[in-house]
Amino acid sequence: MIEEADIDLVLNDLFEVYGYDFTNYARASLKRRISRLFLLDKFPSFAEFRYRLKSDPGYLKRVIEGLTVTVTEMFRDPLFYKALRTEIIPTLAAKPFIRIWHAGCSTGEEVFSMAIVLKEANLLHKSLLYATDLNPQVLEKARRGVFPLVQMKQYSENYIESGGKNDFSAYYTAQYGQVKFDESLAEKMIFSTHNLVSDRSFNEFDLILCRNVLIYFDKQLQERTLNLFDESIGTLGYLALGSKETLNFSSIKAKYRQLNKEKIWRKIS
Amino acid sequence: MAENKLINACKAVVIGGSAGSIEVLLKLLPALSSPLSLVIMIVLHRKNSTDSSLADLLSSRTTIRVQEVEDKDPVVPGTIYLAPADYHLLIEKDEVFSLDDSEKVNYSRPSLDVTFESAADVYGSSLVGILLSGANADGTAGLNLIKARGGVLIAQKPETAQAAFMPQHAIQNAPIDRVLDVEEMAVFINSLSRVN
Ligand SMILES: C[S@@+](CC[C@H](N)C(=O)[O-])C[C@H]1O[C@@H](n2cnc3c(N)ncnc32)[C@H](O)[C@@H]1O
Repeated sequence: MIEEADIDLVLNDLFEVYGYDFTNYARASLKRRISRLFLLDKFPSFAEFRYRLKSDPGYLKRVIEGLTVTVTEMFRDPLFYKALRTEIIPTLAAKPFIRIWHAGCSTGEEVFSMAIVLKEANLLHKSLLYATDLNPQVLEKARRGVFPLVQMKQYSENYIESGGKNDFSAYYTAQYGQVKFDESLAEKMIFSTHNLVSDRSFNEFDLILCRNVLIYFDKQLQERTLNLFDESIGTLGYLALGSKETLNFSSIKAKYRQLNKEKIWRKIS
Repeated sequence: MAENKLINACKAVVIGGSAGSIEVLLKLLPALSSPLSLVIMIVLHRKNSTDSSLADLLSSRTTIRVQEVEDKDPVVPGTIYLAPADYHLLIEKDEVFSLDDSEKVNYSRPSLDVTFESAADVYGSSLVGILLSGANADGTAGLNLIKARGGVLIAQKPETAQAAFMPQHAIQNAPIDRVLDVEEMAVFINSLSRVN
């Protein structure tokens, strides 16, 4: 069994050797991720795991991939997307320009879902979707816009439940068990690495989505991140979190009003 | 009372179940005396992943507060917490909940093993782990970890379980302290709550 002290050592290595700071991640989950990686890669001892990590920059990739959870899907929580379509997007329609930030976008399913929603509202042409993640590998996948065909049945059901009225399969072309989403959807996307632990605000947005990322942070890092978002949201802009995440424990809460049952807040001051 | 010898100061009871365990809870909850001095955490495999009305259903059977967990909710004694669908439920050392949407474990999210292990890390010998009805092997490994940290293990009497496999599997593969039916379980939990 891996002990707390071992975790501290690995986190220290990651920071000192590579500058990645995971110290304020939620410990219980992080411990599981590290144990899992240690077991999967069959290290005879924890010391050897650490040695490999410190001496082999190639292995770092694997560790970052192993520590972060990148599970995602298109139109995840369809009712959330329904609320976006009916309550959020229409209030942005009059703007000359719409800026959206997907923080922790993983392999891009969320960004492509948003592009579809905007396209159907006839707003994609004047939107910009910034999609960031700390993990460069998931961003590479997101850039390609290629997803496994087997997922499409589920995604299509999600799409319909979210209020989508078109034929979902019209948005992609299938080939060899993969699908590639329409180039026109990706035209307004900008992918870039951005670490919520250490990087700063880089623009002002009308809507920030950060879903299922904060659950991996402890309260202190959540507070830092939420303040970063607060700095990056204009008045009357929106912040959308994952279905089990909340602003309730944050100091920025007072400036925001929750819109409906979905986890969407509007900045009111 | 014999139960008191099993555990001195119980802080938390973690209950895991799969097929057939909602029925058990609907009988167990009304039999628990209120107020509750400890915390109860319930992890269930659920068919319908978007169904959030389970907390309401359970809540209708007891005056004890029943709450579906949101990320970083503090663990408050006297409360029954329910793991939300589609997330693993973890407990941090400073007694707040964390959620985790990583890979399924034993084909399940939430997985009983995951919460059992995390609760064992935090509560050690002040923890009771209870395994209810179910048709798979999730839970047994976690119960062993609870025992390794000094906790107490209870399994539902397999002949009273709608799906006997899960408690049976645990009885065969983990050092279960007591095998109880639902009425006995309620008496046991009430005794823990009182001795605190
Ligand atoms: C579970 S995915 C969420 C994907 C998508 N937002 C969704 O809800 O489906 C979490 C993502 O957060 C990213 N992440 C974790 N820590 C981060 C950090 N410090 N900065 C930026 N992204 C981070 C991970 O790499 C991962 O891709």
